[in-house]
Amino acid sequence: MEISRRDLFTIGGKLLVLASAGATLEQITGAEPATEAYKMADHWWGMIVDIDKCIGCGNCVRACSNENHVPDGYFRTWVERYQVTEDQQPQVDSPNGAIDGFPPSTHTGVKSFFVPKLCNQCAHSPCVQVCPVGATFVSPDGVVLVDQSYCLGCRYCVQACPYGCRYLHPDTKTVDKCTLCYHRITQGLTTACCENCPTGARQLVDFKNPKDPVHEFLRHNKVQILKPYMATGAKVYYKDLDGSVR
Amino acid sequence: MLHTAYRPEKEMGLRRIFTDSGHLVRPAVVLIAALGIFLIIRALVIPKAFGQYGHYRPAALMEIRQRPIVYAGQDQCVMCHDDEAKTRAAGKHAHVACEACHGPLASHANDPAAHVPKLPDVANLCRRCHEKDAAKPPGFPQVVTAEHSGGMTCNSCHQPHNPHL
Ligand code: HEC
Ligand code: HEC
Ligand code: HEC
Ligand code: HEC
Repeated sequence: MEISRRDLFTIGGKLLVLASAGATLEQITGAEPATEAYKMADHWWGMIVDIDKCIGCGNCVRACSNENHVPDGYFRTWVERYQVTEDQQPQVDSPNGAIDGFPPSTHTGVKSFFVPKLCNQCAHSPCVQVCPVGATFVSPDGVVLVDQSYCLGCRYCVQACPYGCRYLHPDTKTVDKCTLCYHRITQGLTTACCENCPTGARQLVDFKNPKDPVHEFLRHNKVQILKPYMATGAKVYYKDLDGSVR
Repeated sequence: MLHTAYRPEKEMGLRRIFTDSGHLVRPAVVLIAALGIFLIIRALVIPKAFGQYGHYRPAALMEIRQRPIVYAGQDQCVMCHDDEAKTRAAGKHAHVACEACHGPLASHANDPAAHVPKLPDVANLCRRCHEKDAAKPPGFPQVVTAEHSGGMTCNSCHQPHNPHL
């Protein structure tokens, strides 16, 4: 059989049109159906932190490090000790993120307290907004996550986070951060930090669950988020937060 | 004369337009081909269902969910270790999770015989929570451990699961 040049072009053209139409169709409709017990639409995760209960033991830092294999010297959560003088000048220390707790304080005559910090799981997160490739995102249940296989390691988000909650993983060279223990909370467990907090100073909460104690908590307590003027939509609420905390 | 010579007939007109615009059709074909190739490459490069929930790869959610669990959670411990659970519930450590003192034990909970846990190092354990510090909430029981214990380990006087003597 002879194939003329004209035939080749015509057949080639038809195939090309078909293939591109198919490719586009598959792109649009290729979504996998969610068939599971855990429904993302039914949850909206956050955390409450009660400053007056934190004893600075560092259990949360160790737990997070173990659970998530956080490299040495990097932290997804850490605890700061504030020592605030009368003119509201804070002195802050956090030896190695408080992974081994704190040495006893030597200061006297100052107001002092512990502040556990972690990703605020912002609803309008600046880190997500600056990502050029869609590697970091807010999940449908309100957790800010990083797609390790999609991250370029450009560090825009590390700079954009007003709370300093992101770091570049020294081995993978991709950005890493608190996942709110997404692998645990989607299975009905609490986060590693909350599991190991001896005093209940930090508690995982689900704003969409009408039975969650968070609703009672927010009704009865004076709470604050960190850097509210940044309008990040932070979902970690601090009870009895001092004005000196940044 | 000139007029009629240059006025084409109707069906001739269509063909004329087609042949005359050959220089337009060829680039148009190239454009369509380029568009087709673009669409194919785009479909190959962009991950499946990208954008289903937002500007990201939805499969990433599942990948993150499949990470291994390291802390079993105390509901598990309590199922097997009835005695310790009862002792603890009666005392002031009732709300301190097992793994807060014993460390991560999911491997033990999954297969108790294969992973027998080491017991906590009492010398450091209690101190981390109970060492006196002005930054601790005043209501929390704290001691200056060096003075308080007189050099003995804490569990020679206190029972860890129920610290009251
Ligand atoms: C499936 C049942 C089971 C679960 C769940 C379980 N354990 Fe155990 N655990 C055992 C058994 C059985 C032993 C005794 C192992 C041996 O000595 O061979 C043991 C031993 C231990 C020991 C050591 C006791 C000793 O005398 O050295 C500790 C500590 C312990 N478990 C703590 C925990 C904690 C904390 C958890 C929760 C994370 C837990 N276990 C969950 C069954 C369980
Ligand atoms: C306040 C810290 C603390 C908590 C909370 C705690 N343990 Fe322990 N546990 C210890 C220490 C310390 C020892 C070692 C005692 C020793 O060496 O004499 C121990 C020992 C044990 C042992 C070995 C048997 C024994 O009694 O010596 C088991 C089993 C055990 N714990 C299980 C549990 C379980 C299950 C829970 C949760 C219900 C739990 N522990 C909670 C501190 C704790
Ligand atoms: C992870 C933190 C943690 C560790 C580790 C820990 N405790 Fe406690 N302990 C607590 C908490 C929380 C309470 C309850 C405080 C309260 O009721 O306000 C408590 C209460 C106590 C009390 C009772 C104080 C009172 O008011 O009567 C004693 C005694 C005590 N612990 C001793 C120990 C000893 C001994 C150890 C080491 C085996 C130990 N604790 C390890 C967190 C811890
Ligand atoms: C020589 C025995 C002994 C040793 C060792 C010992 N304690 Fe105590 N501890 C006591 C007695 C007695 C009390 C007071 C009785 C009570 O309040 O229940 C007490 C009370 C406490 C309290 C409660 C203090 C308060 O303000 O209510 C804590 C916390 C405590 N001990 C922690 C520790 C820690 C941590 C260690 C280890 C560094 C330790 N103890 C070692 C005997 C001991």
